[in-house]
Amino acid sequence: MASAETNAIHTDLALVTAIGSGDQGAMAALYDRFSSIVYAVALRVLQDTGAAEDVLQDIFMQLWRNPRAFDSSRGNMAAWLAVIARNRAIDALRKRRPQDDIEDVVLSVETDLASETDRSRAMEKVRGALQAMPTPQRSALEMAYFEGLTHTEIAEKTGEPLGTVKTRIRTGLLSLRKILTA
Amino acid sequence: MSVHEQFADDLALHALGSLTGDERIALEKHLDSCASCRRELEALRGDLSLLSLTTSGPKPPARARQRLMAAVAAEPRFPKPVAAPARSRSWWGVLGWAAAAAMVLLYIGVRRENSSLNGELSTLRALYGGQGTQLQQASQTIKTLVDPTAQKIEMIAAGTKPQAQPRGKAIYQKRNRSLIFFASSLPQLPRDKVYELWLFPANGGAPIAAGLFKPDARGNATIVNPPLPEGVEAKNFAVTLEPESGSHEAPRGTPVIVGVGE
Repeated sequence: MASAETNAIHTDLALVTAIGSGDQGAMAALYDRFSSIVYAVALRVLQDTGAAEDVLQDIFMQLWRNPRAFDSSRGNMAAWLAVIARNRAIDALRKRRPQDDIEDVVLSVETDLASETDRSRAMEKVRGALQAMPTPQRSALEMAYFEGLTHTEIAEKTGEPLGTVKTRIRTGLLSLRKILTA
Repeated sequence: MSVHEQFADDLALHALGSLTGDERIALEKHLDSCASCRRELEALRGDLSLLSLTTSGPKPPARARQRLMAAVAAEPRFPKPVAAPARSRSWWGVLGWAAAAAMVLLYIGVRRENSSLNGELSTLRALYGGQGTQLQQASQTIKTLVDPTAQKIEMIAAGTKPQAQPRGKAIYQKRNRSLIFFASSLPQLPRDKVYELWLFPANGGAPIAAGLFKPDARGNATIVNPPLPEGVEAKNFAVTLEPESGSHEAPRGTPVIVGVGE
């Protein structure tokens, strides 16, 4: 593992541990590290700054109340928060109760994402992969992820068979993984 | 990665949170027993995180940070009490809870063991792979333990009347800083008062606050795993009646229940 990533992971875990002891300074530091990611995802989904701020507040308050929801076995902190931000924003978009507990969100990312430089490098690759993707596949993926549409709703919207939509979503995700592990 | 092909598409939909009904039930049942599909689900969530991270935009406004820090300052770190519903008589003493508590301690121990190896993600993944089912079961146990709608029923000797005295039990593991506390038949709180659980260290050090709580209408309450310092041997535990506001750095109020040793 790259030392920069190891250091970043240690920093994240140290902050989470300090938050567990009620350290408000650590909470502020964690917010400064990751609030941009959470807010950007929420804003992309909700298209409303006020609603995105509510999601931001909700997620960080959950971490304040229950910092043990995150440990390194749940994956990279930035990636973990990015997925939770998307899920909470979709819940807000659909005006429904949260569909999952943050403690249930476990993910695995092979790519180095711990530092901002690592993330920028990886994101350039992912953006490139998205651009290279056939339009119907990219569209299905984005509708499912950023609009929170179910595969049934996407099939109805596009007029494509349900099985085709399902497979497009999965193969689209796998192609993102492939581009980063190549 | 070896994934059961019949579930491949559904795994992606589940990662997105859009799988519902019978398909979701069938997949979740399969995930209970299939480590490779669980790992693939985690990997798919990782793929989704890449999509999230492609977003860019303005930084959140300064007011969002101020709002958060004000909320943090207004919410001091005390563990949340979990009150049982007022549907049963006092319940503490059920043997099954001891088994549940043991599962919780195991779960916490496994989680902390993983955290201590925080620099070695590959090791953690290997550990997690082997412990996945165990963790899942323990996680479910915790959810049941803290679920306010879960029924909690005490069983007593047949033909005897239920005792109404306040009672409590603390199950503590210093190595993991893990504490599970149950109380029953506690008197209803006066206005502006709250109960507080205290750990009395064996070395004679100052008592350590282990959680403020308010019982339900039947006087039942549960505290699971409050923040505690490392490696403190406990001599005893006690619950006191304290002002709702205040520093809570040392017991000041009336003892309500105290430990009687193992």
